[in-house]
Amino acid sequence: MAKLKRLFNDPYDVVDEMIEGYAKAHKQYVHMDESEEAQGRVLVSNEVGKKDKVGIVVGGGTGHEPMFLGYVGKDFADAVVMGNINTSPSPDPCYAAARAVDTGKGVVYLYGNYAGDVMNFDMGAEEAEDEDDIVVKSVTVKDDVVSAPKDRIEDRRGVAGDFIVFKAAGAAAAMGKDLDEVVRIAEKANSVTRSMGVAMSSSTIPAKGGTIFEMEDGDMEIGMGIHGEPGVRRGKIDTADNVVDEIMDPILSDLPFEKGDEVYVLVNSLGATPLMDLHVCFRRVQQILDEKGITVYKTLVGPFATSMDMAGMSITLTKLDDELKEMLDYPCDTPYFTQV
Amino acid sequence: MAEELSKAYFIQVIEDLIPWIEDRKEYFTDLDSAIGDGDHGINLSIGFREVASHLDEWKADNVAGLYKNVGKALLDKVGGSAGPLYGSFFMKFGVPVKKKGPDEGVTGDEFVEMMDKAISIIQKRGKSTTGEKTMNDTLMPALDALKAAHAAGDDIKTAMGKAVEAGKAGLESTRDMIATKGRAMRLGERAVGHLDPGAASTAEMLEIFYKDMPDA
Repeated sequence: MAKLKRLFNDPYDVVDEMIEGYAKAHKQYVHMDESEEAQGRVLVSNEVGKKDKVGIVVGGGTGHEPMFLGYVGKDFADAVVMGNINTSPSPDPCYAAARAVDTGKGVVYLYGNYAGDVMNFDMGAEEAEDEDDIVVKSVTVKDDVVSAPKDRIEDRRGVAGDFIVFKAAGAAAAMGKDLDEVVRIAEKANSVTRSMGVAMSSSTIPAKGGTIFEMEDGDMEIGMGIHGEPGVRRGKIDTADNVVDEIMDPILSDLPFEKGDEVYVLVNSLGATPLMDLHVCFRRVQQILDEKGITVYKTLVGPFATSMDMAGMSITLTKLDDELKEMLDYPCDTPYFTQV
Repeated sequence: MAEELSKAYFIQVIEDLIPWIEDRKEYFTDLDSAIGDGDHGINLSIGFREVASHLDEWKADNVAGLYKNVGKALLDKVGGSAGPLYGSFFMKFGVPVKKKGPDEGVTGDEFVEMMDKAISIIQKRGKSTTGEKTMNDTLMPALDALKAAHAAGDDIKTAMGKAVEAGKAGLESTRDMIATKGRAMRLGERAVGHLDPGAASTAEMLEIFYKDMPDA
């Protein structure tokens, strides 16, 4: 097996060493939850406790940086719970995070809709309720159109759309809205957000010493999931315009996005795809939306939810109304996303 | 009823699971790469490394306490779906015999009850049943075979041998299934032709429970 082009020490320590480094690098924003239950897998915003608000806890497996930890700071997420690479955190850290951010107004867990995450976060929520009477509600993000057909939308997984849903929830909580309102707004953002991606290489896992899956050099996989879950079609790498056309079709028809709609666009790198390529892709996204009479309200281009060193990108569209615009425009300040 | 399985047997099972997962982690990870996210074996090995580092302290506990500690370590360290599923299996396994003394073993009746408790919690946590291309496809037929053979009067090792065979047949049946649970679900028919990694790892785990049993 080819040697990994990654920098790590003991491969079993990568997650803990990343968290240690991150907490120190971004100490003006976050600190470690030192409790036993947190198991070194919870980072808490330094803003927690400065005002009474609904607590926003995000989390999931690691290997998607800057998702999830990069969005903990002021008026976005209040804490993050991190598992092993591509693997949900365990229940105790989920519980610890709820305990760390609760100010008596309740807590929302927000994470991608994966079976393992649901089991662990649910067990963490039970613990928070049983031990400390903390009211915890959960919103699971389901933006990946390929992950299940529309008639089984409850089975869909969360990918880069996590960012949009978390941002909306974080703003709602920062504005002082109550638990039910924060959940309503997060679910609303969830219901109008759609994503799809393409991968051109596998990410690598240090403890495995290799790639997650095999891909011939020069191939791409349309619709691949953020953990390398197989997509809808494998073929030769095509032009940016053709790839974007193939991805935009299922996204647009799924909601559907229609003439007159206003959208937020997120063109996301899966890790190894450069900003140059992402902007070439966005150029085509804009052309398609112009043709359809759909207005682009705002665009984000960059690495927001990655798969470490995977080459590939995803496109996320969110259909906006006045309320969602207000949430997405609301100021926030975190190490990897600041809105002024 | 006489004790059929000693405390030493239950320690031996854990001691054998530790090298087993190190040996087999790449195989399970490869199975997972085909239809999931390619980490099943690695995450289990992270969990069992934690078990290995504490096992000596836990040996003084009774069977229930020992297995609860093993389960808690897996729950804490593995994460994903395998953490709650494997973790709950071990945490519940000892519950029927939690009142036993630290050196006591268990009877055949008790062992069947323990397996029932441990396998039932997996169905509950995973909100899943057979035919969905999950570890239930190994565990539920194994449990049914164990109960049937035990009820028919087989000694515990013979009964567990039948459970292992039923589990392997169940594992094999996952090859032709379309997944309706877990990450393989998004594949639809493309998952057909691949064994489910959770079904594969639990089939081998049951075999260790069988092989460590003393001959009747």
